Amino acid sequence: MSEYLFLEQLKRAFAIAKKDLRIYYKRGPVVIFGLVMPFFLFLAFFIGRNMPIQQLFTGLLGMTIFFASMSIGPAIVPFEARSRTLERLVSTPVSAWALFIGDVIASFVYGILISVVPLIIGLVFGVNITNLLILCLGMILAAFCFASFGILLSAYPPTDVPSTVMMISNLVKFPLVFISGVFIPVSAMPDWGRIIASFSPLTYFTDLASYCTQGVSYYSVVVDFAALTGFTLLFLIAAIKIHERTLPERL
Amino acid sequence: MEPAIEVKDLTKNYGEITAVNHINFEVRKGEIFGFLGPNAAGKTTTIRILTGVIKPDGGTATITGYNILEQALKAKQIMSVVPEMANAYIDLTAWQNLMLIGELYGIPKKKRQERAEGLLKEFGLYERKNQLARGFSKGMKQKLILCMALLTEPQVLFLDEPTSGLDVESARLIRDTIRQYNRDGTTVFLSTHNMEEANQLCDRIAIINHGKIAAIDSPENLRMKSSGLKSVEVSFNKPVSANELSKIPNVMQVKKIGDKIRLYTDEPHSVMNSLIDYARSKGLTIITFNTLAPTLEDVFIKLIKEHEED
Repeated sequence: MSEYLFLEQLKRAFAIAKKDLRIYYKRGPVVIFGLVMPFFLFLAFFIGRNMPIQQLFTGLLGMTIFFASMSIGPAIVPFEARSRTLERLVSTPVSAWALFIGDVIASFVYGILISVVPLIIGLVFGVNITNLLILCLGMILAAFCFASFGILLSAYPPTDVPSTVMMISNLVKFPLVFISGVFIPVSAMPDWGRIIASFSPLTYFTDLASYCTQGVSYYSVVVDFAALTGFTLLFLIAAIKIHERTLPERL
Repeated sequence: MEPAIEVKDLTKNYGEITAVNHINFEVRKGEIFGFLGPNAAGKTTTIRILTGVIKPDGGTATITGYNILEQALKAKQIMSVVPEMANAYIDLTAWQNLMLIGELYGIPKKKRQERAEGLLKEFGLYERKNQLARGFSKGMKQKLILCMALLTEPQVLFLDEPTSGLDVESARLIRDTIRQYNRDGTTVFLSTHNMEEANQLCDRIAIINHGKIAAIDSPENLRMKSSGLKSVEVSFNKPVSANELSKIPNVMQVKKIGDKIRLYTDEPHSVMNSLIDYARSKGLTIITFNTLAPTLEDVFIKLIKEHEED
């Protein structure tokens, strides 16, 4: 593909992202599963426990970025298939990859915007962030990784029922939160727990956040970034390939 | 001259059902090509293949020379579609819908804004450009979708039942717009149930049934070539037995329609002469006497019936 064509398609992906953000940020399933449920889950787990604010902040930030970045993505394709706007998009001169990258960008932007809230809250309440630059870079990479994961979760089965996809996505998301060092640090887990945790992309972000706020981490910063990059590429490529394959079944 | 649309041996199966069965046709540049057929004949499937929405199981389709499978982006860049089901984004305003389409086709900002403004004014939607499409009536939505298709100044415009379910005024506006853009050089591929619409608009018509093309020709040629559909309508000053008239040479069928008798024939002039002789011999006076060409609807029904009998 020529560089011109690639850039032109990327511009069109941004147009799709803009449309997604305008339409989907206030949809019921996005708000409920992306913001309300994780917020109450956070409250249920942390209230009444004597935890240092640094650890509370790491957990809140990890959960927020994970759930917010994955909230819009799974809903988009089923909604569009049902309203037959997906057919409209497919008939335009936009590559399938650009179409799904657009959805990833929308989820990424939403995730970042929402995650800025706990970051500011943390700063206001005096959380000591030792390396803000690494934390911000980690947030950007993690948001893109989780956004890609969200789009991947809507790839199969090729349904046009948003609640089906949201249910499947929650079946995957909630267990991941419990094994990713959000509630219990990876270093405090048994060996088998650490092995399972290493398969979750969220583990590497919470580890990175822990390093930036508490100065302790289970993995090195390089490993955290490398793992998040690897998961991002894996999710992104898998999401595009599977969506391309299942797209005809939605039309 | 290279055709605007060229379809060769196109086939699409859904399980054991063949929706489009090895069809072939060409649409010339600058013509309005009608695609007629009963429900489930394969019209929408053909349009969805030609617009790159679904892939065929066999055959090829090109849009101004671009293969819809191998050069899909180039083909899509020069065409637009008005699908059968309204599918503007109902949670976006009319203006946002148009801007989105402009961006997806890579139209520069200033140009897409000028085009959108002009189209919204032309279709009487400008005053409501900042309202969500959710609150639009069916007619307004259809106009918006047509605006979205025309914003890109397509070389080839696909319309799938564009006036279905619309009020007379909106349908007329859409037909006038199709004519106007066609005069300006846009090739139009029009799928419709409306025979009169096809008759008024189309240079040529393809009739499709059970996924196969039953006939392709101009509306006039289709009418003229249809044997057994020409007729002579006559009424006399006294009642006449239809049975007796059926004995006239070259008469294929006789129908009593009110106080008139319609005689179907391939030789209307010969039948007219015979009827004059008959009236003289019986001492009857002819009150009305007309030769009738078949309507496009007659041709359509006949062709579909013949096709089903084959």
